[in-house]
Amino acid sequence: MAILTYREALNRAMVEEMEKDPSIYLMGEEVGHYQGAYKVSQGMLEKFGEERVIDTPISENGFAGIGVGSAMVGLRPIIEFMTWNFSLVAIDQIINSAAKMNYMSGGQFPMPIVFRGAGGAGGRLGAQHSQAFESWYAHCPGLKVVCPATPKDAYGLLKSSIRDNNPTIFIESEVLYGSKGEVPEQEYTIPLGLGEIKRKGTDITLVTWSRALGFAEEAAAILEKEGISVEIVDLRSLRPLDENLIYESVKKTNRALVVEEGWPVAGFGAQIAYLIQKNAFAYLDHPVERVTQMDVPMSYAANLERMSLPNATRVADTIREMLQ
Amino acid sequence: MVSSIPKDSQSVSELKEFYRQMVLIRKFEEAAAKAYSVGKIGGFLHLYIGQEAVGVGSIAALTPKDYIVSTYRDHGHALARGLSPKPLMAELFGKGTGISKGNGGSMHFFDRNAHFMGGHGIVGGHISLAAGIAFASKFKKEDSVTICFFGEGAANIGSFHEGLNLAAIWKLPVVFICENNHYAMGTPEYRALAVKDVSVRAYAYDIARDHIEGDEVRKVRDHVQVAVERARRGEGPTLIEVSTYRFRGHSMSDPAKYRTKEELEAYKKKDPLMRARHELELGGIKTEELDKMDLEIQTQVDEAYQYAETSPEPPLSQLHKYVYSEDK
Ligand SMILES: Cc1ncc(C[n+]2csc(CCOP(=O)(O)OP(=O)(O)O)c2C)c(N)n1
Repeated sequence: MAILTYREALNRAMVEEMEKDPSIYLMGEEVGHYQGAYKVSQGMLEKFGEERVIDTPISENGFAGIGVGSAMVGLRPIIEFMTWNFSLVAIDQIINSAAKMNYMSGGQFPMPIVFRGAGGAGGRLGAQHSQAFESWYAHCPGLKVVCPATPKDAYGLLKSSIRDNNPTIFIESEVLYGSKGEVPEQEYTIPLGLGEIKRKGTDITLVTWSRALGFAEEAAAILEKEGISVEIVDLRSLRPLDENLIYESVKKTNRALVVEEGWPVAGFGAQIAYLIQKNAFAYLDHPVERVTQMDVPMSYAANLERMSLPNATRVADTIREMLQ
Repeated sequence: MVSSIPKDSQSVSELKEFYRQMVLIRKFEEAAAKAYSVGKIGGFLHLYIGQEAVGVGSIAALTPKDYIVSTYRDHGHALARGLSPKPLMAELFGKGTGISKGNGGSMHFFDRNAHFMGGHGIVGGHISLAAGIAFASKFKKEDSVTICFFGEGAANIGSFHEGLNLAAIWKLPVVFICENNHYAMGTPEYRALAVKDVSVRAYAYDIARDHIEGDEVRKVRDHVQVAVERARRGEGPTLIEVSTYRFRGHSMSDPAKYRTKEELEAYKKKDPLMRARHELELGGIKTEELDKMDLEIQTQVDEAYQYAETSPEPPLSQLHKYVYSEDK
């Protein structure tokens, strides 16, 4: 096993896939000469040249469209958004073009494209730069939505996303880029739609993904000392969704709490809560609960940002209440 | 350096005021950089150092009823508008006494009374906002003019093109000021712009254009003045490119390895502050007087720093406030 950072794992996945398939290219702002705004594409320009690692002007709608158009005729683009906040400028191409191309053409135009970049709150970046958009994209049929939490998952899931013949929304966590973890040296992939039990437990099921996995793990460690056994389900992808993994866990623990970084209203956790009550109602000893970001835009002020984001204390407190 | 010597006492005192504003911006930002490096300021911090003459000169062409729309690189524009350094520094520190009550931070200075219409973080998005403010002025038959600052990198996004076209067809009273500092983050302009001078894009929308060098503050003022008057007469928008340079990286986290030391040093020789100081000396102002001015400004900045540091964080009850306009 090698110890890699999340960013190195992503880099390795892209490099390996691009070495294998000449139709793959990486495009976005600062991906080439600057080596990536978050250094995810470090060294890739040197390896693949300007034809395949392509710096763009600040034209998200334009280069998302370039990606979609080129994917219609055989290329396999990886489109990097410096952060997902800026994908909003391009959301028309993602939702109205990429997500629907195969469907509205009656299956004539598969859309093998990956949109990837940094998501979530990076640390006092304020309202326009601290947003978790996975629920927005997961709302839309035709898209796959992937949100890895560990270097190992980031690597395996990005490879699958690149090989997938559907538009994939690959949301990386801005605060996880430097986090380290074991990544097998042997090449592997992780199928989209396969979650993973990150911690086994018996008292409650914690359903989570991406950065919020950290809050869940921290809370689980605190509660273990109090004799509470938490099971953590890391979904890894929201679309497709590993529903059975959730139900199997809930059937065992009889309680479920969803922890997510984004806003509560119509957030993906609401969908999970719906699915659990629909499919495992008889097993529930408590209503499904959620810990989310507060229902407000992100403030720059340190104390308000801290209060707004979910954290281990809030997760642990909620679990204690649920077990009373 | 070709110097235009201020000839009469009026132009001397005018230049003195511009110099004061530019020194204030520089010292304010040097203090902010220091605070950032010790963790008192978080998030992104984009400095304006090197570009001061653009903001100061442009804003000097305005009256209090005119509007200013800025980017995430907004400290200089806010100070040039005459906003007090105290609430601005407090905003950088994320304090409740900040100009946006700590909710905005460096990128989002707002002051409704001063017609300072923000600090915006999405590149180019604010260009159509500026057109919208100008639209309202025309709609309400007020003779306010809006000026909008943005970088050359923003000239490649849809909102720039749509905003300019809309402003053109409706002859909106807006002046678009492209501060071309030659780099959009790490991307040099030649790799991102199809044109060498952003202002030629004015031809595409059949509006007036201008191009100036940004190191001579009074010249910037004079040129922007022409465009502002044109807008006020109802003759529509102007696109001006002002060539300038940022002495620091894109933000505090950018080491700016994409440019050479020689290039930076060459531009530093065209430092607008140095130039103004030199011209003031040629105009008869004594070095000691300028030094004294610098010192007074430093004191003002120190006080702002102190104010920011000792101000309280916003109350936790502010978290849910201001999400909707009913929340006062
Ligand atoms: C739509 C969008 N894309 C990307 C970014 C990230 N970003 C922030 S500033 C910047 C460079 C802007 O350069 P320019 O417009 O020339 O202005 P300057 O920073 O030089 O003042 C980039 C890419 C953003 N904020 N918004």
